[in-house]
Amino acid sequence: MKNTGKNQSELSLSASLQRITILSQLLHSGHDFIMSEEHEISLHNPEIKLESLKEDIKDFLKTSGWEKKLQNAVYSELNVFPSPCHPAAPPEHMKEPLAYMRKAQGSWEKRILKSLNSMCTELSIPLAQKRPASEQKELLNKWNEMGTDEPDLSLFRPVYAPKDFLEVLMNLRNPNYENGEQPSFRNHLGLIQVPLKVKDIPELKEDFSELDLNIGQLGIDDSAQVPPEFFENEHVRIGQKVLAEQDSAAAQQYVRQGCPTALRADLWALILNISNQPEDILYYEQLKSNVIQHDLLVDSLIYKDVKLTASNDDYYFVFEDYLYQVLLCFSRDTSVLEHFAYSSATPPKSYIQGKLGIEEYAVFYPPNGVIPFHGFSMYVAPLCFLYHEPSKLYQIFREMYVRFFFRLHSISSHPSGIVSLCLLFETLLQTHLPQLFYHLREIGAQPLRISFKWMVRAFSGYLATDQLLLLWDRILGYNSLEILAVLAAAVFAFRAVNLMEVTSLAAAEAVLADLSTLKVMPLLQIFLFATVT
Amino acid sequence: RFKCGLSGPVLDVLRCRPGWQQARNEEEWDFLWCDVTWLRENFDHVYLEEHVRICHFRNHYELSRKNYLVKNLKRFRKQLEREAGKLEAARCDFFPKTFELPSEYHLFVEEFRKKPGTTWIMKPVGRSQGKGIFLFRKLKDIFDWKMVSMTVCSLERGNCLFVFPQDGGRTNEQKDETQIETYVVQRYIENPYLIGGRKFDLRVYILVTSYSPLKAWLYRDGFARFSSMRFTLNSIDDHYVHLTNVAVQKTAPDYDPEKGCKWMIQQLRQYLTAKHGTGLVEVLFADMDNIFIKSLQSVQKVIISDKRCFELYGYDILIDQDLKPWLLEVNASPSLAASSQEDYELKCHLLEDTLHVVDMEGRWAKMLSTLSRFLLLCEGVHMFSLLGKRLEGAKLYSC
Repeated sequence: MKNTGKNQSELSLSASLQRITILSQLLHSGHDFIMSEEHEISLHNPEIKLESLKEDIKDFLKTSGWEKKLQNAVYSELNVFPSPCHPAAPPEHMKEPLAYMRKAQGSWEKRILKSLNSMCTELSIPLAQKRPASEQKELLNKWNEMGTDEPDLSLFRPVYAPKDFLEVLMNLRNPNYENGEQPSFRNHLGLIQVPLKVKDIPELKEDFSELDLNIGQLGIDDSAQVPPEFFENEHVRIGQKVLAEQDSAAAQQYVRQGCPTALRADLWALILNISNQPEDILYYEQLKSNVIQHDLLVDSLIYKDVKLTASNDDYYFVFEDYLYQVLLCFSRDTSVLEHFAYSSATPPKSYIQGKLGIEEYAVFYPPNGVIPFHGFSMYVAPLCFLYHEPSKLYQIFREMYVRFFFRLHSISSHPSGIVSLCLLFETLLQTHLPQLFYHLREIGAQPLRISFKWMVRAFSGYLATDQLLLLWDRILGYNSLEILAVLAAAVFAFRAVNLMEVTSLAAAEAVLADLSTLKVMPLLQIFLFATVT
Repeated sequence: RFKCGLSGPVLDVLRCRPGWQQARNEEEWDFLWCDVTWLRENFDHVYLEEHVRICHFRNHYELSRKNYLVKNLKRFRKQLEREAGKLEAARCDFFPKTFELPSEYHLFVEEFRKKPGTTWIMKPVGRSQGKGIFLFRKLKDIFDWKMVSMTVCSLERGNCLFVFPQDGGRTNEQKDETQIETYVVQRYIENPYLIGGRKFDLRVYILVTSYSPLKAWLYRDGFARFSSMRFTLNSIDDHYVHLTNVAVQKTAPDYDPEKGCKWMIQQLRQYLTAKHGTGLVEVLFADMDNIFIKSLQSVQKVIISDKRCFELYGYDILIDQDLKPWLLEVNASPSLAASSQEDYELKCHLLEDTLHVVDMEGRWAKMLSTLSRFLLLCEGVHMFSLLGKRLEGAKLYSC
């Protein structure tokens, strides 16, 4: 377990600790403790000193489980916040240190907002409006079956699709880097032309050491041919112990080898530090009432996306209603704005009618600052397999978004950002399958054009659900999205023979169209640990 | 040489099998895939050699017709209670309370009056694909319901006037009876397990290669069929809410053939395990195995055993909210038409594997469980686990 810099970071986190609501809970229960009978009796004890009071409180923290909860809360903040940078660095640097990336993200955002505004003007629909009382009542009644609504969405278009985003990324250039040479094998032949540092296989092997061939994995060592005594039974037993201890850090380490199906929901909640307290349920209910009271333009975009993607999926169509319940609330959740502190993106601003440019009348639109794109609902769909209570499902999704998913559609230099993932993918492919890479490039089928959509969606909707969940286990376990790029390369390696025979982009896409039969863990293992480099 | 009365996946699979040839019109055949009508008309009259294989048992209707199935199950249960006690007999309680109409009308009314307000479902015995089925809560609904043409028949039982619809597509057997069509009325399961607010039932394929001794195989790739609408007890007239057959769902207004409405059983198992844990789900699947075995045992003595016959049954199972499986019905001619490309592949695999197991070529005897997706369910008195190992100590009661 890597414990690097935990002590240093703890100091700089003291400010953020104050934001943790868990502290207020602790204060309340601590108050109860002091007021409790046992303590009253000991307070009357004339021998009690200040020192023993401190010990008593420490003991209280341990026995009531609060110590564990505090540890988990600190641990989860550590996972989310970037390591502290130089005290003189301006706040933009925490978002994104490279100026040209910030600029590119800014112009991309302008484009999206323009597209949204023009759709709004074209259809003469306001960005937001209050619902009439009758409509509110109707929506409340239909809350659990919003999928039965068939609003006319034909005039709405998704604001953008992954391939539009890819075009932007392809044109990213570092103005300070001059590469006068023609593209050749000595430099990068792929679509991404920015000089970011990405890992190579030896480094990846070290990072993902728990995926090595000699270590048991769920997804490989739990198949029907392997007797469960070898690995599965013991692994399940350890998982149950981790859950009993309620230790986030241990859970994160544990899931690197995969989660048993029956324990997955609880383990993920433990890692993401979601406990579904009454305050959380109340918060969700508040969001729900926001949805009922106001209608947003993005709601229609969400509807359209769900209908186009999840509803047409063979396995996720069943969860249609849950998707609306989560996504509509998500777009109104202003707590999501907090993640923009460490994201390269900035939430779009909108002005109350007639007050354009006047800062006092600026609001973030949508309230959570995230404009959904084509396929967005697929981030939520796999979670429906694990969580059935709407407020818990909501919180898990929100946490997954602010930890991981936001990096897949914003331009940044972060190692888990989509730019780095694309570059990692292309580099891995070019280095280890040069013949295949060259061949595909020659026929006009740049590999990234095919794998981009997989990575942007974190493979949701492309892999079979059980395989997807095994993949997401590792994302949580390693707190990084790099595994998406590695898997994408591994898929190409797996189908290399067929791909060498194709002669067009369309044919290449056909070879890679159906990933639903792939087994994720063997592919990753072979690519990382069993390929001759 | 084979002869096949149906088109679609069956024909395609048979044609593709190496060494198999389609027999021409009057030619002799070694293997026949026929429909039940042909069977009824010809089986008794045609001389069949020892080596041929035919895809139905002579009196399969003992299992597939709803009224006979009920009769056989009830009889078997009584026998089991006498010989092995109440506990073992209680394992047969996977069939919701059912009565045959018109013969058991009085028993039905007695049961009906015990719990007023429960919903019952009326099913014609001879039909399939969801035709002629309706739900009701009040006795008078039976009388209100009308069909295109009616045959009025008065029964001299307690001044009760029954109106039974005339069956347009009557079978040969029914022509011998009077104009009354037989129905079964069954307590409707009002608390089905819902996923995403939708009701579903399970279709599992069981291949029986012999009845004495009983040798049955369970197909691994069963599937769950979802209704396209959210479940509610408010609209019992709405077929689309309650009946999950693909045939009915196909006509629903928002049916999208691309959507599929089906989950594979492994998917369902994953979902349930994530929600309820491994223990409960294993019990559920063991209960389903119990359903298959007991239902086959109940007709074991009745079915005319014939070494040349085998049969592929489609079992329809419904799971309720307590994770208890209920047997809805058994189909002796499960639909082998394909609703989509994926479905076509599924049916082809099913049929290929069926042919492997039936093993006309005599090649595969030892290797069947690795070669095909069929798992040996039981042989003689022994039950088998999922890995093909004989479960010691799990003997089947034979009556």
